[in-house]
Amino acid sequence: MPSLPAFEKDVEEKAKRAPDTGAFDGQTAEAGSDPLEDSYYDYLCRLGDDALILGQRLGEWCGHAPALEVDLSLANLALDLIGQATMALGHANNGDGDELAFHRDVLDFRNCLLVEQPNGDFAQTIARQLLFSTWQHILYRELSDSPDKFLRELAAKAVKEVAYHRELASEWAIRLGDGTEESAGRMAQGLDWCWRFVPELFEVDAQLEEMIARQTVPDPRGFEAEYYAAIEGVLAEAGLALPPDQRPILGGRRGHHSEHLGPLLAVMQHVPRTYPDSAW
Amino acid sequence: MSEGHDWPLWEVFVRAKGGLSHRHVGSVHAPDPELALAHARDTYTRRQEGVSLWVVKSTDIVASDPAQAGELFDPAADKVYRHPTFYDIPDDVKHI
Repeated sequence: MPSLPAFEKDVEEKAKRAPDTGAFDGQTAEAGSDPLEDSYYDYLCRLGDDALILGQRLGEWCGHAPALEVDLSLANLALDLIGQATMALGHANNGDGDELAFHRDVLDFRNCLLVEQPNGDFAQTIARQLLFSTWQHILYRELSDSPDKFLRELAAKAVKEVAYHRELASEWAIRLGDGTEESAGRMAQGLDWCWRFVPELFEVDAQLEEMIARQTVPDPRGFEAEYYAAIEGVLAEAGLALPPDQRPILGGRRGHHSEHLGPLLAVMQHVPRTYPDSAW
Repeated sequence: MSEGHDWPLWEVFVRAKGGLSHRHVGSVHAPDPELALAHARDTYTRRQEGVSLWVVKSTDIVASDPAQAGELFDPAADKVYRHPTFYDIPDDVKHI
């Protein structure tokens, strides 16, 4: 189990400043259009980065899954997520989501820590997927009533995709938990690995508070009980118990990431950064 | 992919759109019916190929014996009157 990353003081400071100082150029809207409000921009990045980073992680399974069919399943989930990321990050940056995806550094990413966690074995990947898709599904369901037109449209499209992600992850969690001694053990270990990153999904900081106050987005604490009951239900069917509480690890939403995100970004970003402006 | 995993084979049938019948499109490996359906969905309907799916365990399909093909199928060869080719079919009627 990795320990908390130790941050240098100036790095902390930089992360705190980043949302306000325009450390990343993409945040400044083109002349002629109104700049997005900070909290709205930030919310789009959270949605988009969650989807982008998990999509990239799932893509790592391509060619390595336990069976050809599972390979396709995971790649399909990944492509759904990359599509959602393209929408959210594109809307955040005047239609140019690629600039955000490929030209930001670790500290500028706003995804939760759960999605950047390594794939581990298949069971750990399924545990991560179950814990994230269940949350994302409820969130999109709630967001599909948002008074904000863009969020409503994104949610309406994504909620169907994620309903399937949640379903597939649940089915696999049940089969692994209710399978052999080895598969049940691995499933329990996978859940154990991911569990400390779950509280972050329900964290409400000042940026999110502002969005909630404007009644544009749901307060995740409003569906926390529903979430844990759903997870408990799936795990009960899998013959597994909820993992014991662990010390929560937070920080992804402010750019304080685990050591796993950097290498992921290096792989994902190296081509566009090595050959800027190339086309194919 | 590990060699010799013990998942059974399932035959996959896709209905392209309402009104058409399900057609055989291929097969998938899966441990049980629900995942067979998921695998069929993920393998064969990625490009909007269908609106409905069937999966059937391959071993549940009863197949004719190729050695019997002569006695089963050859006698139909000279029964041309069984084809509805003596009618004019309007151009608007599809899928006949």
